[in-house]
Amino acid sequence: MEEIASLMHGFSVAATPFNLLLMVTGIILGVIIGVLPGLGGANGVAILLPLTFTMPPTSAIIMLSCIYWGALFGGAITSILFNIPGEPWSVATTFDGHPMARQGRADEALTAAFTSSFVGALVAVIMITFLAPLVAKFALKFGPAEFFAVFFLTFASFVGMSRGSPMKVVASMSLGFILGAIGLDQMTGTLRLTFGFTELLNGFDFLIAVIGLFGIGEILSSIEDGLKFQGAHAKLRLGAVFTTWGKLAKLWMTSVRSCLVGCWMGITPGGATPASFMSYGLAKRFSRNGDNFGKGEIEGVVAPETAAHAAGTSALLPMITLGIPGSPTAAVLLGGLMIWGLQPGPMLFVEQKEFVWGLIASMYLGNIVGLIIVLTCVPLFAAILRVPFSIIAPIILVVCAIGAYTVNNAMFDVWMMLVFGIVGYLFNRLDYPLAPLVLAIVLGDKAEEGFRQALLGSQGGLGVFFSNWLVGSIMMLGLVLLFWPVFGWLKERLAGTPSSERAS
Amino acid sequence: MHESPSDDAPLLVSRRAVDIFVALVLLIIALVIGTESVSLGHGWMEGVGPAAGFFPFGISVLLGGASLINLINAVRNRDAESQEDFVTLTGLSRIMFVLLPLAAYIAATQFIGIYVASAIFIAGFMIAFGHNGILKSLLVGTAVPLVLFFMFERWFLVPLPKGPLEALLGY
Repeated sequence: MEEIASLMHGFSVAATPFNLLLMVTGIILGVIIGVLPGLGGANGVAILLPLTFTMPPTSAIIMLSCIYWGALFGGAITSILFNIPGEPWSVATTFDGHPMARQGRADEALTAAFTSSFVGALVAVIMITFLAPLVAKFALKFGPAEFFAVFFLTFASFVGMSRGSPMKVVASMSLGFILGAIGLDQMTGTLRLTFGFTELLNGFDFLIAVIGLFGIGEILSSIEDGLKFQGAHAKLRLGAVFTTWGKLAKLWMTSVRSCLVGCWMGITPGGATPASFMSYGLAKRFSRNGDNFGKGEIEGVVAPETAAHAAGTSALLPMITLGIPGSPTAAVLLGGLMIWGLQPGPMLFVEQKEFVWGLIASMYLGNIVGLIIVLTCVPLFAAILRVPFSIIAPIILVVCAIGAYTVNNAMFDVWMMLVFGIVGYLFNRLDYPLAPLVLAIVLGDKAEEGFRQALLGSQGGLGVFFSNWLVGSIMMLGLVLLFWPVFGWLKERLAGTPSSERAS
Repeated sequence: MHESPSDDAPLLVSRRAVDIFVALVLLIIALVIGTESVSLGHGWMEGVGPAAGFFPFGISVLLGGASLINLINAVRNRDAESQEDFVTLTGLSRIMFVLLPLAAYIAATQFIGIYVASAIFIAGFMIAFGHNGILKSLLVGTAVPLVLFFMFERWFLVPLPKGPLEALLGY
């Protein structure tokens, strides 16, 4: 077992006192980010990225990924106690989590949520440990056509797995590709789409987009609603933790199912949000207490939390093995890799063994540390939400502005952040999804490069994308996902249900 | 997500109208990018393969097509939700209360540095928007930039824009 030996070495890298301290700091910052409105995992990590420029890469990624775990945990706290999903993937947690809190079973719901998150993440990390080296080895044989096929699959799954209008996904994604294409064309060296603005020479930095879309946009939405938190009081009694664990053990089938859903959706970048909804839906269908869902059923907390964490964690698998992030936060981490001078992709496993296995080991440690911290500090984190929004909002805005400035030390970026904020607010309200937009900005250049290089190799023949079973099957899978909404629509038509009924 | 508008709030602009507006803007962007890509060359270049405008052209066609469908959907959509207010007058004024000071803050940063601007922004926001006490607002307004100053300039060595005050203090 080569993986075990590498992992053990990884533990020795990750478990130094300095790195453990960073882990704890990261988790605490992450939970705070997850709890606060307007600061999500993606832009929280983006804002804190500059703080890691001077650290060694392994320590930096440990801290940033721990912020990510913390944000995943934190989303559950606000969902359950305040009925405010701190993150999109914790929306499904509010369905049963908040009713439980209103019935005075907040500690049960929180324990269930944290424990399920932990289980989901742990299963995903174990999967990463054994699968990632294999995928990386496999990916070393990838040519441009195969890489483009994987990009295609990524974006096709966004369209296929979307919960809203697929055309809005396409529009949002295309806008991202266009923003990503601005600046110097890597292959021909020509400037394009800058329309004479010298600030656009180097293109848009997606970190700016992340901070604007997710940070400023979120604050604008929250401010519009006036913001009145009405929260249940939170206190975790030790006894409740153990009795809940007893109950959870009986729900092992739900956990296993949710882990599978989560891991699958995380690797094929459906992402944590659809994973949590899908898992919730499946649990409702299969549970004996299915009718009680929505009224405070513990299974309704376990299912989405497990899946969301499993998906959020497995989203890192394509990131470290292929250089293709499965979620906006993974994309920000990927951006970090490049800033620290590491080239993401399959070569990482060969050239940066220490870094990769340190990261994987830190996923184990980080989640254990995270579980302990959230179980013991819930009242503290819940108290943050009692600080009036009129104090928190300007501080978040200032921190966002600083975060945007530090990306390239340019004021222009801060203005762009403001523009992205308004776009984010509009898109949010009109159900244009933001994740595909961000991923398209990040991946646009590489997807384009793969596409053009593949075509160059084949002298323009599109047949190159179906030239062998590997690239062909990835492309086919992508096409199926892309036209998934059409299948659903056709099925509905054939069954004779008018589409207007579905909307209600 | 948002509370439904109360009956007495005057109707500003419907959700449907904003939906149409955004689809139109995206359609125009697609047209602009499309023409720009054609002038860059969207065909095959000998030795280079697809030219620089090739990919953006394809994407602009995609964006244009999707926006057209979204536009048609938005125009045809007449259900109750689409008739609702996109934003209420109170909501809009709250947003402006954040957006305008934020723009002023960013503009001011260029002249007086980010720390002083942040202090004024935070304290001002707390007093004007949150009706917090003046002393409390000033206290938070000074403390936060101070903490940020030490974090960025001292510990993490990331320089931020500074103004005359910092220059006076020797930074």
